[in-house]
Amino acid sequence: MKKEKLTYLESVHRDGRIWGIALCLVILLFPVAVCIVFGAVPQWNALLKGAIAVMPMYWAVGIVEMFTYVPMLGAGGAYLSFVTGNISNLKLPCAIDAMERANVKASSEEGEIISTISIAVSSIVTTVIIIIGVILIAPLTPILESEVLTPAFEQMLPALFGGLAVVFVSKNAKLSVAPIILMLALFIFVPALNKSTVGIMVPVGVIFTIIVARIMYKKGLL
Amino acid sequence: MDFSVNSPILFVMVGIVIAFVLAQSVYFLIRAVKRAKEIGIAKEIVNKTISTAAIFTIAPAVAILVGVATLSKSLGIALPWLRLSVVGSLSYESIAANSALEALGLNTATQITDPAAFVTVLSVMTIGIAIGLILVPFCTKKIQGGIKNMEKRDKKWGEIFNNAMFLGMISAFLGYVFCDVSNAFSGDFVGLIPVCVMAVSAVVMAICGLCAMKVKAMKWMNDYALPISLICGMAAAIPITGWLS
Repeated sequence: MKKEKLTYLESVHRDGRIWGIALCLVILLFPVAVCIVFGAVPQWNALLKGAIAVMPMYWAVGIVEMFTYVPMLGAGGAYLSFVTGNISNLKLPCAIDAMERANVKASSEEGEIISTISIAVSSIVTTVIIIIGVILIAPLTPILESEVLTPAFEQMLPALFGGLAVVFVSKNAKLSVAPIILMLALFIFVPALNKSTVGIMVPVGVIFTIIVARIMYKKGLL
Repeated sequence: MDFSVNSPILFVMVGIVIAFVLAQSVYFLIRAVKRAKEIGIAKEIVNKTISTAAIFTIAPAVAILVGVATLSKSLGIALPWLRLSVVGSLSYESIAANSALEALGLNTATQITDPAAFVTVLSVMTIGIAIGLILVPFCTKKIQGGIKNMEKRDKKWGEIFNNAMFLGMISAFLGYVFCDVSNAFSGDFVGLIPVCVMAVSAVVMAICGLCAMKVKAMKWMNDYALPISLICGMAAAIPITGWLS
């Protein structure tokens, strides 16, 4: 019997799974390999303490992030981004901007392709820059940590989202009002919300905006 | 083998993992470019997507490099190189490393000399954020399938749904920009720095858009508006910080 030819998207899922599982094993087994090479065993108490300090929050956020980011990144973009990391501060803005410039929708095949290309390029460039940086770390460290440049790196997120917001808010003015007001109110009046908790608030913002959009859509306002 | 945080064998091992990660990106890039050609996406659009993504990535990647330099004081260079090239994010890796070092009674300023302490920190950083890495290969198809079904039922709602997700994410980051703004009432103006930086970036983006729209010779600006506004915002942060802090 002749095998049915896979569509592009189906083959992306097949390859994404293979790469994803292989890389997951490589990354998760890396500590084991280091233990074997140096004949070392982790200090279990400290490992447990450290893991308890980060795991509950980051695993919970990680699960919600997966449901939030996968539809935005597209299939190829998702398989790449969840391996290479730095999603909200690099990969997703990069993909959103690329799809906007190419005038394609995230859910279309064109959107899937443009998103994958932008995220793959971004991942390659990041990796190459870090490799160059690692080679030149001694002369670069005083520059990277200089008092003059530190504020520029500290303010990367406001600089990134200021530009991105102009594009999206101007194109979706009516829908933007409610989520922006909610997020401003929450971040200004809830002291616990700050730079380290913004990751948790992304899914909250996304879910709230979808609910508002649904109500507005049903009422014929969008 | 004798342990050092900068042992050559660690660099070799990290290099192998990173080569593997790089290979995945190259593989998906080639496939997507081929498919773009097959379905008739203009070569110009593909080339622009590649160049814009590359230029846009430079500033955030250098910021990630700052994280490597910071973490290298206690963890050496190889481990931060690996961790900031895969899975996590700049903020996560610092928090996870700090938590593990604290649990060991160490801090980020002192270099680790004990291999047991090193593998403890490495293990915490690895498992602390592993959930996405583990679940994505198994769940992406299902999540995407759900979205596609929704769009099949109602195409217009599908488009609004996508925009709503992007806006939800952007609004969360806009909120974060204002998180310390109320301190200005008690005389501390540091909280206004991100607000001013965001405003500069937004104005530059708007100017780029207007220039591209009104002046034919400046149409190229539209493609590079995001990296331009990002760099201008980051550059403006230097005098703004000096002024407000």
